[in-house]
Amino acid sequence: MDLLANLGLGFDTALTLNNILYCFVGVLLGTLVGVLPGIGPTGTVAILLPITFTFEPVTALIMLAGIYYGAQYGGSTTAILINLPGESSSAVTAIDGYEMAKQGRAGPALATAALGSFFAGSVATLLLAVAAPPLVNIALKFGSAEYFSLIVLGLIASVALAHGSIIKALAMIVLGLLLGMVGQDLYSGQPRFTFGFFELYNGINFVSVAVGVFGVAEILRNLESESTRTVLVSKVENLWLTKEDFRRIVSPILRGTGLGSILGVLPGGGHVLAAFASYSLEKKLSRNEAEFGKGAIEGVAGPESANNAAAQTSFIPLLTLGIPAHPVMALMIGAFIIHGITPGPNVLTDEPALFWGLIASMWIGNFLLVVLNLPLIGIWVKMLTIPYRMLFPAIVAFACIGTYSIGLNAFDIYAIVVLAIIGYVLIKLDCEPAPLLLGFVLGPLLEEHLRRAMIISRGDPMTFIERPISAGLLAVAALAIVLSLLPSIRKKREEVFVEED
Amino acid sequence: MTSQKSMKDLLAGLIFIGFGLAFGYASLTYEIGTALRMGPGYFPLILSGVILLLGVVIFVQSLAAGPDEIPLGRVPWFGLILLTGGLIFFGVTVRGLGLAPSLFVATFMSAFASERTSVVGAFLLATALTAICILIFIWALGLSLAVTGPWLRF
Repeated sequence: MDLLANLGLGFDTALTLNNILYCFVGVLLGTLVGVLPGIGPTGTVAILLPITFTFEPVTALIMLAGIYYGAQYGGSTTAILINLPGESSSAVTAIDGYEMAKQGRAGPALATAALGSFFAGSVATLLLAVAAPPLVNIALKFGSAEYFSLIVLGLIASVALAHGSIIKALAMIVLGLLLGMVGQDLYSGQPRFTFGFFELYNGINFVSVAVGVFGVAEILRNLESESTRTVLVSKVENLWLTKEDFRRIVSPILRGTGLGSILGVLPGGGHVLAAFASYSLEKKLSRNEAEFGKGAIEGVAGPESANNAAAQTSFIPLLTLGIPAHPVMALMIGAFIIHGITPGPNVLTDEPALFWGLIASMWIGNFLLVVLNLPLIGIWVKMLTIPYRMLFPAIVAFACIGTYSIGLNAFDIYAIVVLAIIGYVLIKLDCEPAPLLLGFVLGPLLEEHLRRAMIISRGDPMTFIERPISAGLLAVAALAIVLSLLPSIRKKREEVFVEED
Repeated sequence: MTSQKSMKDLLAGLIFIGFGLAFGYASLTYEIGTALRMGPGYFPLILSGVILLLGVVIFVQSLAAGPDEIPLGRVPWFGLILLTGGLIFFGVTVRGLGLAPSLFVATFMSAFASERTSVVGAFLLATALTAICILIFIWALGLSLAVTGPWLRF
């Protein structure tokens, strides 16, 4: 069977000592930033990206991926123990997880989260391995018109699924696209929006954008109101689940995995949406609905499985189409490009060892995460109390060295400052930064495919509607935007995301 | 501010309008071209138009919307200046002073950006961070950055 042979190749790649080590480093860092306040996986990946330039491409991607899904684990620990979700997708876990912790059942809550995440992560990775090759075959037939429409759909969907104002999010996308235009024009070599700065001819460094908007702007936001965390449970005991617990979590985990796997493919907040959807589903199906919100173990098992499954399947659009579903994925596109690999369907055919190695590493990573999180939970509990004022100077230090080391260019540091200030102001005005980063990364691609498609069609814009796949993608994008603007859906959306803030 | 409109949306709208005008103005100085052969200004001009339009919609809606539920809140000016100042200092001096002194000052400034960190605390934190970074980046990862730079050699 093809799949087995491919996975064999993957494990051959992933099971080298070096790759296991960096997979471990990745999930360790991921758990760490999930637990620590004020820094998320996007900022971490941005800061550490430059360091991975010296690695083999597959090693670099294994580590960066580990940070991403590792952060989902760490985020649930803070959600359960201190009622502060480290990641937005863990927000639902906090509802019942924290209640369980208050009742002295922090151990079973953490164990449920870990087991659910492990199961969901493993299944979703298998799904990724099965679904990717056929999707790649479709994607290989895509022309410029299809790619243009696909990118439009990706950008629009990321907005429709996020919370907050849709119009503001659209404006953030367009601002990202415009920032992505900075630099020499691909066709004519004309420098655009460079203000005469020679350093901008190659465009704004995307590490500077990510570090500025997700790293430094976030620090400024946190400096507005410095607070101290209080940890409810200083020692977690009795991680074992009772037989009754086991019986209660099996179906929520299965349903959460299914729901998460499907929703994770969607661009934008797929994993956040998955967690919320799973929670309301479990609440509806449960016989003891009244217990939800007061420490129902199902309320931990379902959403945790869902967000981890989604974290894994969100690699599908990245690996098959080269389209990021999440800001971290956008950064991974950058990682591909820097290692000289064009992200998209050709990765599977040109770099099979990298493709399957990355997938295989996710099983190893998920296994390592269970080992890291359950027996070593005591260490993470101690980490929770590290004050933020000691953390953010470290973020600044790593950001400085990391960004500077890319091109030994001080200009990239100044770019961080400018983007941090723009980002801070916009975040303060309730504009989400994630669409900006997606737009920035996809901007040049979008323009290239638009111009190429127009040349092929001899300047006829109808090409986007006449080609069936392209038309279908655009129709879905239009539908997504219309639906999310409808008053009734808008209300529902606010309800779904209301507990996140 | 107690006016009956959303200040956040008002400002956000104005910012987007500003970006639209600035990018649009610059786009007009490049060759626009035709739909068949788009020049370097074509796509940015479309985008500028879109963001301008979105900015106007946000601005107009802000006048009709009620006041913000969560007010704008304060700006941590002290932290903002120290943090960005530290980054700029690093950019200006990393080549001349070398990594160690430049990073030390940058982390000292950013550590001091927190209202809760004393001068001594910031000093200790900066020392520790500089040492850790040199260990990780220069010693373990072998990054080719000079620890001390030409300005310090007499």
